[in-house]
Amino acid sequence: MSDILVSEQSAPGADGSGRPSGRLLEVEDLRVEFRTRDGVAKVINGVTYHVEAGETLAVLGESGSGKSVTAQTIMGILDTPPGFVTNGQVRFHGKDMLKMSAEERRRIRGEGIAMIFQDSLSALNPVFTVGFQIAEQFRIRRGMSRADAKKRAVEMLDQVKIPNAKGRYSNYPHQFSGGMRQRAMIAMSLALDPEVLIADEPTTALDVTVQAQIMDLLGELQRERQMGMILITHDLGVVADVADRIAVMYAGRIVEEADVFELYRKPAHPYTLGLLNSIPRMDERGQELRTIKGLPPNLMNIPPGCPFNPRCPMAQPVCREKVPPLLQVGAGRASACHFAEELVNRD
Amino acid sequence: MSDPSTASIVSTPRAEQPTETVSPVGAPQGDRKEKPRGLLGDAWLDLRRKPLFWISALFILLFLLMAAFPQLFTSGDAVNGSLDRSLGKPSGDAWFGYDFQGRDVYARVIYGARASIVVSVLSVLGTLLVGGAMGVIAGYRGGWVDAVLSRVADVFFGLPFVLGAIVILTTFNGSGTSNSQWKIMGLVTVSLIVLSWPVVMRLMRSSVLSTKEADYIVAARALGAGTGRIVLKHLLPNCLAPLLVYGTIMVGSFIGAEATLSFLGVGLKSPVVSWGIMISESQSFIRVSPSLLFFPSLFLVLAVLSFVMLGEAVREALDPKLR
Amino acid sequence: MTENIIEVRDLVKHYPVTSGVVFKKTIGQVKAVDGVSFDLKAGETLGVVGESGCGKSTLARVLMNLEKPTAGSVLYKGQDISRLSGGALRRLRRQIQLVMQDPYTSLNPRMTVGDLIGEPFEIHPEVAPKGSRRSKVKELLDLVGLNPEHINRYPHQFSGGQRQRIGIARALALRPEVIVCDEPVSALDVSIQAQVMNLLEKLQSEFGLSYVFIAHDLSVVRHLSDRVAVMYLGKMVEIGTEDEIYERPTHPYTQALLSAVPVPDPTLRENKTIIRLTGDVPSPISPPSGCRFRTRCWKAQDVCAQEVPLLEIRPGSDHPSACHFAEKREIVASYEG
Repeated sequence: MSDILVSEQSAPGADGSGRPSGRLLEVEDLRVEFRTRDGVAKVINGVTYHVEAGETLAVLGESGSGKSVTAQTIMGILDTPPGFVTNGQVRFHGKDMLKMSAEERRRIRGEGIAMIFQDSLSALNPVFTVGFQIAEQFRIRRGMSRADAKKRAVEMLDQVKIPNAKGRYSNYPHQFSGGMRQRAMIAMSLALDPEVLIADEPTTALDVTVQAQIMDLLGELQRERQMGMILITHDLGVVADVADRIAVMYAGRIVEEADVFELYRKPAHPYTLGLLNSIPRMDERGQELRTIKGLPPNLMNIPPGCPFNPRCPMAQPVCREKVPPLLQVGAGRASACHFAEELVNRD
Repeated sequence: MSDPSTASIVSTPRAEQPTETVSPVGAPQGDRKEKPRGLLGDAWLDLRRKPLFWISALFILLFLLMAAFPQLFTSGDAVNGSLDRSLGKPSGDAWFGYDFQGRDVYARVIYGARASIVVSVLSVLGTLLVGGAMGVIAGYRGGWVDAVLSRVADVFFGLPFVLGAIVILTTFNGSGTSNSQWKIMGLVTVSLIVLSWPVVMRLMRSSVLSTKEADYIVAARALGAGTGRIVLKHLLPNCLAPLLVYGTIMVGSFIGAEATLSFLGVGLKSPVVSWGIMISESQSFIRVSPSLLFFPSLFLVLAVLSFVMLGEAVREALDPKLR
Repeated sequence: MTENIIEVRDLVKHYPVTSGVVFKKTIGQVKAVDGVSFDLKAGETLGVVGESGCGKSTLARVLMNLEKPTAGSVLYKGQDISRLSGGALRRLRRQIQLVMQDPYTSLNPRMTVGDLIGEPFEIHPEVAPKGSRRSKVKELLDLVGLNPEHINRYPHQFSGGQRQRIGIARALALRPEVIVCDEPVSALDVSIQAQVMNLLEKLQSEFGLSYVFIAHDLSVVRHLSDRVAVMYLGKMVEIGTEDEIYERPTHPYTQALLSAVPVPDPTLRENKTIIRLTGDVPSPISPPSGCRFRTRCWKAQDVCAQEVPLLEIRPGSDHPSACHFAEKREIVASYEG
């Protein structure tokens, strides 16, 4: 798993913010396993990706694909035990975070990398006001006075377009609606002006109309701040709307990585192709949906060879024997399929 | 309202939601020979690995054997003694020595297990039955039934345990009464039940309240299931876990409670043999012959600890969050 | 014309909001469903879409007779189901079944699959004699695409999609005429979701089922439904065939909803117009006067605050819509570009 795709061109729009362009965050050959009573589940099996300033990398995958665990490992919030990192690096500005002291990592959290979660109700502390929780960061991390911190917190709430920010400052999380709470959480994670934002299914719990608002907001804030964003989601629709690059995960591996337009136009992995075929589309009332047969593999017992082979319509004997590495196919894209070339070159 | 939170000894095992880490099991591929096992089966697997469980289970088995067949452990006479051996030191004949009246302490400790264990097990069963039934009724019916039952429980809950027991027992079992051994044990059991059912009721009520709204209960209602089926097949099996745990722990504390009452002279009385009575009798001779206090206390502490530990182990095994 | 199997008329379900511990005082009403009427024809799928809090789940519960309506009626073949009780209600339950959203919580964790799917037969013993039940359960497992050998397993040994199949088998056991599906695929992964949707379609054509398909995912609803009803804050704002709603919506809310659905095609990014709704859904305890959508509507006029718009066909439109200013808006249907 050495020759992983490197996207050649420098980050788009990385200038003008005073921030270094290029790779902010790199994950390399990360492996994580969960040791449970019933056995060892190999949750992440060699994941490599990176994100640059100002770009949005979508990590797409179904539950159990390891997309959230990767994010937790980056943030250093992986539950250990049962989770153990067995290999790999997570580099932030070239420095391996997995080797840092707890203190160093804590300093990066919030200021360097911040994360927003799907369930904003449980991510916010119910016994403190929303405003206080934002202001607290300014006080602790920036050493601001109480009054200054409050002023900044109100500004943050205003930036995420919460109406009447001043009044909402002293509301508790449960007094916010789902969309407003998600905004508040965004305000909280962006308070210390992080360089990379990891958004783990940020809109999954929200209604479509609110989802549109939140995705707009995230996009806008990202452009303003030239943040790198890792968007973790299972929603192919959301990805199509906002992502620059996509990494598709399956059974703890990246099976395809490509520019968003390329990926939707011509997927280079049968799993991606299957996913795209199996979503009902609003602009057509199709007949039967073309599904991916079978189930994702048991992570304690991943089939030999390509993990997707039992479900793959293209599977050949070689797929049951050799794990296909993630190799470059064409400009700026990579696929972990023995027959990627054929997929890309078909008309 | 009586708060349901007081009763959160164990969180009711929820229908566990596989997180990302747990991959779908039971994928049809391959022929994995796995036996079907429920949550209790899982708990058993978990328990089997705990030394704490085995140690406490072993002790409990010993005590149960003692209670059932004391002859297995001793050939001595627990009731009759000969005064010439009064306060004899431990020896090869009598491992734990003799008491003031020359009775074999070892034999008495063995025979004492029966009263302690019978009283505590019966009281626990009674408490679980009464409290559990009340809890189910209050939780499931809700409304005014719940309000009335909860208030009644609060009243009983408000009675200080020892004081309440003394009042009940001196009324029915005061000095001068000559109740038979079994009658006294019955009285002690009843007073323990009367004073402790509210705890179980609260536990059960909160458990039922949280389970009642579960989707599978709604699904059963939609199928047309009657109240009996819903309570027996769907509600109870999912509410019993905390009760099981609490019951085990309660056996231990009731052994202690029985001893306390006997020590205070309102519980079991001579000629009944029980650890509490022995401890009570030993207090006059504590300087002369401390072993009289030591041995029954040792057994008492061991029995209480074993049950509490077992309960603790079962709780950990049943609580998916602690795994 | 096919017959109406279910007719819902002016259905209202309010939940009282109480305060006080001992002496409860009603301080308001959550108007979860507030005057909803529609028909379900035999063999058709009626999709019900709406955002959270629009009352679609309450609607499912009232249809299932799990809750008594505050007013209005649900007629099953002319019979008012909310007035039934005892044996008549039990017989009716055989005809209307429910598939719930969360496959993790809707199956009793302490029962084996065999017990779960066999339970309907125990409740309605007249459907299948005792000896035949086990083989019937195996048949059902096979029918929904599960291995009949797994009859002794427990729900936690199955994945989400498989559990949902168990739920469907259970609903199918009594051979009902109507199945109310309350968000049956929204908890599932994309690839599994498609499998379950195909299963639902297959079963419908095999057994001539009618579905009330409640979901928030507009693409899923479109895929399965013949007719679609859109709900907002306890009211039905628009109802029509799948084509009428998705291609020619006339209610502003439907239009906004449709425009907000992300389409899995990045090339449409630029030329897609999203109608951005501002603000949140108002509280169902005190909904706005007149049209309930007016607080977020870009077309709102004075009349919207005064008059409740009726769900009716207006000139220039071919299906009922509850908007004073109902009209087509071409831009919504412009994905093809």
